[in-house]
Amino acid sequence: MTPTLWGRIQSRLLLVLIVGGTWTLLVTPFIKPFSASISSAYFLTFVAVLIVTFVGVIWELIYHGLQQTRWEKDWPTLFGLLTGIPEFFTTAFWLAVMTGDRVIPPLTFFLHFFSTWIVVWLFANGPIRILFPRWRFNGGRFT
Amino acid sequence: MSGQFVDQLRQDMIDQAVWNDQLVQQSGIQLIDTPFVTVGGGIGSFTVVDYLRLAGVHTSQITVLGNQDKPYATYKALANNSQIPDYERLRSDAGSVLDSPWGFPSYAFREAAATKKLGPLWTVLTEPIFSEYYTPQAAQVYQSVEREIARIGWYEMLKLGQVRMIRRRAEGGYFVVFTPKDHNARIIYRTRFVHVAVGYPGIKMLQDLQEYKVKHKDLSRVVNAYEDHSQIYSALAQRPGRVLVRGSGIVASRVLQRLLDQHESGRPIQVLHLFRNYVAGPQKTPSAGTRTGKNGFAYQAFNYPKAAWGGQLKDQLLNLHEQGRADLIRQTGGTNTAPRASWTDQLHRCQQQGSYVQLIGQVKDIHPVEGQGIRTVVEGPNGQISVDADFIIDATGLEAGVDRDRLLTDLINSGGARKNTFGRLQVTPNFEVEGAGTGVGKVYASGAMTLGGPYAPVDSFLGLQYAAQQIVDDLAANGFGQRMGPLRSMSQWFKWLRNQQP
Ligand SMILES: Cc1cc2nc3c(=O)[nH]c(=O)nc-3n(C[C@H](O)[C@H](O)[C@H](O)COP(=O)(O)OP(=O)(O)OC[C@H]3O[C@@H](n4cnc5c(N)ncnc54)[C@H](O)[C@@H]3O)c2cc1C
Repeated sequence: MTPTLWGRIQSRLLLVLIVGGTWTLLVTPFIKPFSASISSAYFLTFVAVLIVTFVGVIWELIYHGLQQTRWEKDWPTLFGLLTGIPEFFTTAFWLAVMTGDRVIPPLTFFLHFFSTWIVVWLFANGPIRILFPRWRFNGGRFT
Repeated sequence: MSGQFVDQLRQDMIDQAVWNDQLVQQSGIQLIDTPFVTVGGGIGSFTVVDYLRLAGVHTSQITVLGNQDKPYATYKALANNSQIPDYERLRSDAGSVLDSPWGFPSYAFREAAATKKLGPLWTVLTEPIFSEYYTPQAAQVYQSVEREIARIGWYEMLKLGQVRMIRRRAEGGYFVVFTPKDHNARIIYRTRFVHVAVGYPGIKMLQDLQEYKVKHKDLSRVVNAYEDHSQIYSALAQRPGRVLVRGSGIVASRVLQRLLDQHESGRPIQVLHLFRNYVAGPQKTPSAGTRTGKNGFAYQAFNYPKAAWGGQLKDQLLNLHEQGRADLIRQTGGTNTAPRASWTDQLHRCQQQGSYVQLIGQVKDIHPVEGQGIRTVVEGPNGQISVDADFIIDATGLEAGVDRDRLLTDLINSGGARKNTFGRLQVTPNFEVEGAGTGVGKVYASGAMTLGGPYAPVDSFLGLQYAAQQIVDDLAANGFGQRMGPLRSMSQWFKWLRNQQP
């Protein structure tokens, strides 16, 4: 991919919220512990989605800076996947800070985070163009 | 003359830059109305027509004027000559898909599905960090275009022949003068929009080689890599030989590989490689960072850095003025080749054995020497040297300017079009030819003849698609076709997937 900074931010917001949000809606009931109520599970997974969306904007600034060191000024597919690892930890941290005593079970969080990350990543690497054929020429911007 | 129509353009018509309906009607030449004409019928025309069909334009509204049966015919001929036969891999990436504007599924995905192997997908996942870029085989690209031209009704729109002239119409729009292949009488198309994608006007030989060829009437031993030069490889299969290769772009890489493969399979061949600009190390540029360079070559995966197609570099170029654009295009483009280990390893191996020899310098003289082949006198960093070779292959490029093309020259002389700093056609960010508009009518251009403007990778599959998108969006804004929003795009994608008419 060859994102511009504004394209990164737009794509982060829309893809994580819409694609990640839809995925979260679908997957949460299947990954929550039996004991947990559905509403508290949704609360935690959606807070995680919001963190990935908004804290992610800060990450995008960092990624954009790193991209400047590349001659191609691109962002290889693999980077898009592997950046999920540091973001997993920052999301876990902010989730703990924000939700306090309603701690999410580690396995649920792990499954939710990485399945969402991969779904969003896969979507950005192809299917998005079915709806937005100009997106890849616009550095990831929708407008 | 054929039937009741007149064939010749009258001199007074040729002399008038702008024609009106009366003038054309009086000429007696057959007149056909059509809202849109694309000139060329090659890959550039195909990308625009494909997009127009997706934008809801019927085949009856589109006229393709070209001189080849298949949109990829000229491309394939040039690729074959420059040693990219059907099974070889091209330079562009998995997403540079010709048969659909979406590029999804990519060529890598399709290859993985067809061969039931994960390899291509693994390459795409790890490129360019742990593997070299995935590039499709030439044949895969041709087949994909084949399927798409059948789907969009290409042959309902295609007329074979030569376009002679595009003249502005006083009442708005244009007259396109066409000589069909099947009968002699000319036809004039009266149209509102014209798109021009005529590719390269010709092969450009290095000046000194051209002079040598003319002076010594030597047509078979000194060749351009884009011409058919298979006689050289055949000759080298029979007897030992020395070949001098000039140029250091991707075509030179392929030619070197072809020669050295033949050498490594047991033929006594020595390859001399003459560099004019030897790239000894990384190339620092004023405004685009540092490009890898070593052993003579400037290395980058594609002819421009990836972001030139649709990222930061595309925006950067768009925001510059003419001179700045020219500088950035030169810094990020120019002569370069792809960093493929198979090439660099082979060059290294053969260099050690002495079967591949690099030379640096300016050519001072070329002349035949009895019994020694062709002698090239080179002024190098350590003085003058003479090298003898049985054959010389010029792999420096196709870089001919618009002056070599009659149609474009006429468009500049009589049609209001202008040349940019590269001596090519000046276009707007929508690929409209600047100065050639006629109120309600517009001329658009895409491909190599628009280099030097607001977009760098104009001569590439993906660049041609970008141009098509800009052109078709602009046409839609002018009432021709529909702008492709998410819903239309999705429904067209499903039709494409199921191979249904758009
Ligand atoms: C050897 C080679 C390899 C390349 N490899 C790649 C690659 O791997 N990936 C990539 O993305 N790009 C590649 N390119 C670049 C680019 O995609 C091709 O050059 C492409 O063919 C350009 O399309 P075009 O429509 O501009 O020109 P063409 O495909 O050449 O089409 C122009 C057509 O117009 C016709 N024509 C010209 N004048 C007239 C006239 N007056 N009347 C009627 N017809 C006319 C010509 O005969 C020709 O058929 C390569 C180019 C070359 C030469």
